Amino acid sequence: MTPDISLSQVPAHARHGSSIGRPLTRREGVLKVTGVARYAADNHPAGMLYAVLAASRIARGRVTCLDVPAAMAHPGVVAVMTPANRPALALDPDAKLHPFMFRLDLLQSDAVRYANQPIAVVIAETLEAATEGAALLAPRYEALPARVGLDAGESFVPPVVGVGHPAEQLVGDVEAGLASAARRVDATYETPAQYHNAMEPHAVVAAWDGDSLSLDMPSQGMAMAQARLAGLLGIAPENIMIRSPFLGGGFGSKGLIAGPQVLGILAARLVGRPVKLVLRREQMYGPVGHRPPTRQRLRIGAGADGTLTALAHHALITTSTFDDFFEPAADASHTLYASPAIATSHTAVRIDTGTPMFMRAPGEATGSIALESAIDEAALACRMDPLAFRLKNYAEVEPISGKPFSSKALRACYAQGADRFGWAGRPLAPRQMRDAAGMLVGWGMGTATFPALMFQAEARAVIRRNGGGVVEIGAHDMGQGAWTALAQIAADAVGLGIEQLEFRSGTSDLPDGGIAGGSAHTATAGMAIHAAGGEAVARLAELAMDDARSPLFGAGNAGVVARDGRLFRRDDESRSESYADILTRAGLAQVEGRGKSGGDPAAQTAYAMHAHGAVFAEVKVDPDLGQLRVTRLVGAFAAGRIINPRMVRSQYYGGMIWGMAFALHEEAVTDRRSGRMLNANLADYHIPVNADVPEMEALLVEEHDPHVNALGIKGVGEIAITGTGGAVANAVWHATGMRARRFPIRIDDLV
Amino acid sequence: MSKIHVTTTVNGEPAEFLCQPGNSLLDALRDDLNLTGSKEGCSSGDCGACSVIVDGRLVCSCLMLAVEAEGKSITTIEGIANGDVLHPLQRKFLEHAALQCGFCTPGFLVAAKALLDHNPDPTETEARYWLAGNLCRCTGYDKIIRAVLDAAAEMRAGAPAGE
Ligand code: FES
Ligand code: FES
Repeated sequence: MTPDISLSQVPAHARHGSSIGRPLTRREGVLKVTGVARYAADNHPAGMLYAVLAASRIARGRVTCLDVPAAMAHPGVVAVMTPANRPALALDPDAKLHPFMFRLDLLQSDAVRYANQPIAVVIAETLEAATEGAALLAPRYEALPARVGLDAGESFVPPVVGVGHPAEQLVGDVEAGLASAARRVDATYETPAQYHNAMEPHAVVAAWDGDSLSLDMPSQGMAMAQARLAGLLGIAPENIMIRSPFLGGGFGSKGLIAGPQVLGILAARLVGRPVKLVLRREQMYGPVGHRPPTRQRLRIGAGADGTLTALAHHALITTSTFDDFFEPAADASHTLYASPAIATSHTAVRIDTGTPMFMRAPGEATGSIALESAIDEAALACRMDPLAFRLKNYAEVEPISGKPFSSKALRACYAQGADRFGWAGRPLAPRQMRDAAGMLVGWGMGTATFPALMFQAEARAVIRRNGGGVVEIGAHDMGQGAWTALAQIAADAVGLGIEQLEFRSGTSDLPDGGIAGGSAHTATAGMAIHAAGGEAVARLAELAMDDARSPLFGAGNAGVVARDGRLFRRDDESRSESYADILTRAGLAQVEGRGKSGGDPAAQTAYAMHAHGAVFAEVKVDPDLGQLRVTRLVGAFAAGRIINPRMVRSQYYGGMIWGMAFALHEEAVTDRRSGRMLNANLADYHIPVNADVPEMEALLVEEHDPHVNALGIKGVGEIAITGTGGAVANAVWHATGMRARRFPIRIDDLV
Repeated sequence: MSKIHVTTTVNGEPAEFLCQPGNSLLDALRDDLNLTGSKEGCSSGDCGACSVIVDGRLVCSCLMLAVEAEGKSITTIEGIANGDVLHPLQRKFLEHAALQCGFCTPGFLVAAKALLDHNPDPTETEARYWLAGNLCRCTGYDKIIRAVLDAAAEMRAGAPAGE
């Protein structure tokens, strides 16, 4: 008999004593505020050496000479690893066995394909000696002209964009829609290359013991890193132990193991001692991914009443010369605005750059700022309020597919956000508002959206006779609060208070928690935990219901509910028994459950699944100097069930600041002659600081989604970048009447 | 190259270490004294993750030579709490969710402590500009400011320093 334990699973947040939904503080918070939390680079095994990369100063060509003797002669230098002596690999780092396998630069040749590519590694007794050794290598090069920027070569249609999406998609007849439109917008927007710039540089501390490898290394995907390393090194994945208890941010750049981390591991193999390799900040602009630049053309047609007749979105993007990552920027136009005709397309140019990579809202962020700007321009062309225009074209079904949404509380987001911001009464025309100091004031808005994805994960749950429980999953906390949110789900899954639960995570010897990316970690890992806990509870229920001495004997189809360490008969809550009593009588120390998660293909076929939001921004611009400040940001987001509002609000704030930075700050500038980045440091690559940040508010809009997964969880990590960039850009236009179509917006665009 | 012997005070305790003339204070703290709470985000003075207080002044320990610590008194993140009792700033950071990945957090807490040591009643603008030398890629900053102002208010009111 399979006991019916459904009540313990839905709706978990509504139950008495439930952990889900509570704004708990971060479980590892005390470790972090006291400096005790041990990040990868804080480890220092006995006998450890330091490795420092030498990185290419040219963007294309080859290394003709490295002064290895000079480096070796420096006191403290133990070894120099170059293509000549790098330990052999079991797999060519340029092999691409599946689309998710990205090519790595592991000293396979003297060829240079981008600036800052690793060309050698110096290993020494001290960091200073290794650094000096790397400088003494004094590389010489044979350089070829670097190909830089969106116009560097012939563009082509990529085979796919993003993760296996078609590069071109079409519904309806866009040209006919444009031809019949009463109002038209045809505008081109440019976005720059950006770098993740997690505050923690990529690091690895590697120690070999025979054919076993022990690693302290920040990772958003330990199981994938394990598999990748196993292939490269020719050892069994289970011989690789990864510890990644804390990541100092990832944002996608730590999703796949980075080349320099593998080089640290190879350096340890070469010297037969533990090795620490930490990238210097300036070395992070090349081998660890970035968001590529885009040039996007939006063509929008609308009837005189503001109803869209056509939406065409083309994105030109760059990628590297040696691998295939194509930022799916135009796909942003698939989901938000109803139009009888939609065409999205991509073309790409290969340039001398490190391969671009998933960076927080890859495609969604780049596409959103262009789309939301263009929608604003279309609203103006129709002489409509931007919010009214968006409501006029509200998508009741997903425009590109015609599928119904699994849930969509975007109207509530618009209403609550607009209300809190005070949007009503905004003048249509620009340059109408001034503050007491004479600054021009502008208000803008944007719609936010991000797909609700699910990957695969596994978890293990144990309920013990002593009244405690253990849930294990190799999940990743890169700051988003996974340990806290997943522990909350785990406590509910096994029907225990969170204090009774031991939650183990962050190492690769635990069940594979999937990848922390795509804003899908809480849903994916959470569902695996939910399933594992459900199975452990089902074991207990079987024991009780089959035992004549249990008050739950024969509960059968009525089923039981698990809560606070007890099972209750669902139809009669006065009949219950503690886990401890059930296990004691059965003579068992514990029961165990295992669970897996993955998307539900039937639901995914039937429904379009997305989180939504609305962002409102106020900016003030000095009319004479063009100086610009964002003064208020209000976002309202609906993303299914919220496990921990405190963590989620934090994610939204962080995302909104990334959106603001997209509009106003971030930009990698590449020297056209050398192909080298000119601002490869945190002084010149601008990310916002405290003094740039406005008053912020993030509203959590209630949304119940019965289809995304049994817990009703969407994702919150990336959505807030989308919408915000456009909101800020539109506010700048509203303040000044000047439409900047090249991001980040500069003072010289406004005076 | 011969090493230099440095005698200093760290978090109220006498400390000594050997270093080379070119070593940074950050490296001495992290590698020689095993105080790894101070982080390296850039080693160029741009991120503030390595912030420490030296004789009452907030400095980026990545920009200070280890030998300069001779005879000085240094406060690091490890010295902010009073034993097991968290400093009000630490408690308020937790309460306001003013941290995510936590990599910037030691630097922010040390910088915020230096601010409140100088100015127990900062305005929001003063706090934002004082902390403008500390970068955070995760939190969106606003909650950090709330936490600092809230801690300052609590400390001024003389509320119990821990619980
Ligand atoms: S590490 Fe010292 S300021 Fe960044
Ligand atoms: S919390 Fe991650 S950098 Fe600040």
